[in-house]
Amino acid sequence: MARLIKTEKEVEGRYSEQWVVVEEDALEQWPEGPLRTVGRPATRVDGLARARGEARYTQDIQLPGMLHAAVLRSPHARARVKQIDLTPASELAGVRGAVGPGELDVLTDEPNYEGEAVAAVVADTADHARAALEEISIEWEVLEPLLDVDQALARESFLSDPKLYERGDIERGFAEADVVVEAEYRTQSVLHNALETHQTICEWEGETVNVYTSTQWLWGVRDEVAAAFDLPKDKVRVICRFMGGGFGAKGSAGDYTMIAAELARRTGRPVHCRLDRREENVNSGNRNPTIQKLRLGARSDGILTALSADYVCLLGWDGWLPPTAGPVQMLYACDNVRTVEYGVRLNSPPMDAFRAPGFVEGTFGLECALDELAAKLDLDPLELRRRNHADHDPLDERPFSGKQLMECYRRAEPHWERRHEVHARADGPWKHGVGIATQLWYGGGGPPSYAWVRLAGDGTATVLTAMQDIGTGTRTAMAQIAAEELGLPVERVTVELGDTAHGPYAVVSGGSSTTPSMGPAVRAAAGDVARQIREIAAQRFDVEERVLSLAEGKVINADGGSWLLEEITGLLEDGQILGKGARGPNPAGMRVMTYGIQVAEVAVDVETGEVVVERIYAVHDIGRVINPLGAESQIEGGIIQAIGHSLSEQRLLDPRSGKVLTRTLDAYKLPTIADVPEIVSELVDVPDAHLTNLGSKGLGEPPIVPTAAAIANAIRDATGADVRSLPITREEMLGALHEADERRRVPERVGAAPA
Amino acid sequence: MVVELTINGNAYELEAPVGRTLAEVLRLDLGLTGTKIACGEGHCGACTVQLDGVPVLSCITLVHTVGDREVTTIEGLREHPLVEAFVEADATQCGFCTPGQIVTASALLAANASPSDDEIRHAMAGNLCRCGTYPKIERAIHTVAGDGGGS
Repeated sequence: MARLIKTEKEVEGRYSEQWVVVEEDALEQWPEGPLRTVGRPATRVDGLARARGEARYTQDIQLPGMLHAAVLRSPHARARVKQIDLTPASELAGVRGAVGPGELDVLTDEPNYEGEAVAAVVADTADHARAALEEISIEWEVLEPLLDVDQALARESFLSDPKLYERGDIERGFAEADVVVEAEYRTQSVLHNALETHQTICEWEGETVNVYTSTQWLWGVRDEVAAAFDLPKDKVRVICRFMGGGFGAKGSAGDYTMIAAELARRTGRPVHCRLDRREENVNSGNRNPTIQKLRLGARSDGILTALSADYVCLLGWDGWLPPTAGPVQMLYACDNVRTVEYGVRLNSPPMDAFRAPGFVEGTFGLECALDELAAKLDLDPLELRRRNHADHDPLDERPFSGKQLMECYRRAEPHWERRHEVHARADGPWKHGVGIATQLWYGGGGPPSYAWVRLAGDGTATVLTAMQDIGTGTRTAMAQIAAEELGLPVERVTVELGDTAHGPYAVVSGGSSTTPSMGPAVRAAAGDVARQIREIAAQRFDVEERVLSLAEGKVINADGGSWLLEEITGLLEDGQILGKGARGPNPAGMRVMTYGIQVAEVAVDVETGEVVVERIYAVHDIGRVINPLGAESQIEGGIIQAIGHSLSEQRLLDPRSGKVLTRTLDAYKLPTIADVPEIVSELVDVPDAHLTNLGSKGLGEPPIVPTAAAIANAIRDATGADVRSLPITREEMLGALHEADERRRVPERVGAAPA
Repeated sequence: MVVELTINGNAYELEAPVGRTLAEVLRLDLGLTGTKIACGEGHCGACTVQLDGVPVLSCITLVHTVGDREVTTIEGLREHPLVEAFVEADATQCGFCTPGQIVTASALLAANASPSDDEIRHAMAGNLCRCGTYPKIERAIHTVAGDGGGS
């Protein structure tokens, strides 16, 4: 019987209550350690299709009669359209339609940031469409943009009410402290720059609209389009079989989808609306900049007595306040904590989720400040972290569902010990150092998420679920899970995903939630099929069901003997055995998080300010690991993005006009292969005993969280300089070195002065 | 304006206006969509193809400048050992940059059968990968080089 219960759901730190239907006979977790398929390295099931250039991304789809849209975006950070006439554009040869403000919700005549959509045209080719934009007659009244953060704070220009959090007595905490550290940290805006830009093709078929889109969440796009066009939800079919990267910025439909849908409706032809790279760098989301004022107090033995943090998050015109204070609130046991977060609204392009939003920024400040504290206490930074380990969730004393952070610390120890030999590498202006930083993040996933499995007469299985693989390898992980449960080699499992018409509802690929949400559903569906196979085999061969198990493509009788799976499924010829599975609830009254620590080794040229990251060691706890090979790639990818964020990437805004200056991949510096250090990684790989039938958490985000702080701490170790602002450009580095020199000189002068 | 091309050993003759890029012809006119466009202005390497074995950025190569040089795209390299090596090393994540990476890497190996780490990094630095598969790309290239390398 289906049982209805209420459970807590979390996506990127945002909690909500969720009704969920629970199956009575949930599967027991598999034993710890590598199994036949799960826990062993698997190459990607779609690797060949991608490497051979056969995988069709949204950008590769050409539908018969397809038209192309281009969007007129505001060139001003704040302005009013005094007059607009689309006719000169509409009348051009090859132009098939145009849409302006007032005709579609995503188009405005009062833009509040550069790049906000004002109008769109659709034409036979993308070139025609872009050329037609130039012919739109438009008269602007340019208004003064709000860009200065101090002005915005004074005016209380907030997107939401400032968020205050307090526990204990912060003043008492500081009074009890023997040592106090106080510092300001700043993080910059960085841009996602997935290589496939944001884009959608829409095509109407009667009352249904087919939406081919590069997305992290098919079902979110479905719901948004259905609401915008007043359609029953399943009259919107969303398709994304291969997706060229998202990193958080492709979680919603976007103006381009609405424009494509409307222009397709008007013209009766498929319409492709694709952002070009320059639009992508202005208008497709960003990691919001932060200004962080931190104050930490500790007793002389290192025990934290007070943590206080003010965060000013420059969100832009829209978006939401990410959980920037999360690390200060949750990473360490501390009785007295006070945080305030301000979500400042400015006339700059809206932020969007970017791989562990909030925690990347908040961890940078906290973990740098902690090392400054360790220096003042003359205490080993790793030991300081151990002494303040949180055994329970400090927010509400809930137990953590599974936490192997102390084991991560243990494994990191020998890498941290390398610092003595690393220091000895100092050569001329090049100084070498080692730094650490701890990480926690969410990643438990949750319901609702469903999967179906069908087993064919030839003994091959197909997993159907309308999830997406955004490049993280979830297609492969799901194949492994189904293969494990069915006792099949992974080659005999196909995973069909990426189409809301072909499979049940699935979770967003964000918040490190895909594997922990979908994996248990896939296992449950495969388990449903496995149970039926045992039942059928028991009848066919007149044995007891309880003695039967599935392995190596066979049904195995514990009393001796086995049958090929096909001997059973083959009886059905083209008949299929169908299974269904749902993601169960998260453990009640527990906090599900992911953990880890990274150790960075850097070299700094103290004359030029050049910083080279030479080695990163990473160890993370995400519960059970499904695919160690794919997991290693996720860790490397997160670290490499973090190196970009730490050293080279920065969206620059013109402070007067609010225009984005870094619009190309020439101006905006992504890491290249030549910037990659040695990366050594491992995973603790102990299943979270309380979490679902799988015990797995997500890994998409954890690896990007601690890297920047580890690098900054390594720089301090190498040079004595405190870098407190990202990115650590040469200018920033030289400034920090200069400050460190000044600090060293002041005591000398004091000492030299005559009494 | 008529243009004659040899692509992956096949001869093509088609109409292309002045100003049409090689990438547009490949993708839009010939349906060879393995060549990707990620920036469209020569900054990222996703559109890399070879002209007479030399990697070029097809998004900023005008098709009428190709002349009689042989065009090789990822579709012409599907049986190259690098393809399998990329899969084995897990050098694809989202995979959008992967065809361009393989096209560049195959030109490298053709010119230098056993490149050093530095030579790989130098040759591959123009091919961006936002997912961060770089360590695996390096491993994949070394694997093929270890096998005797390239063509």
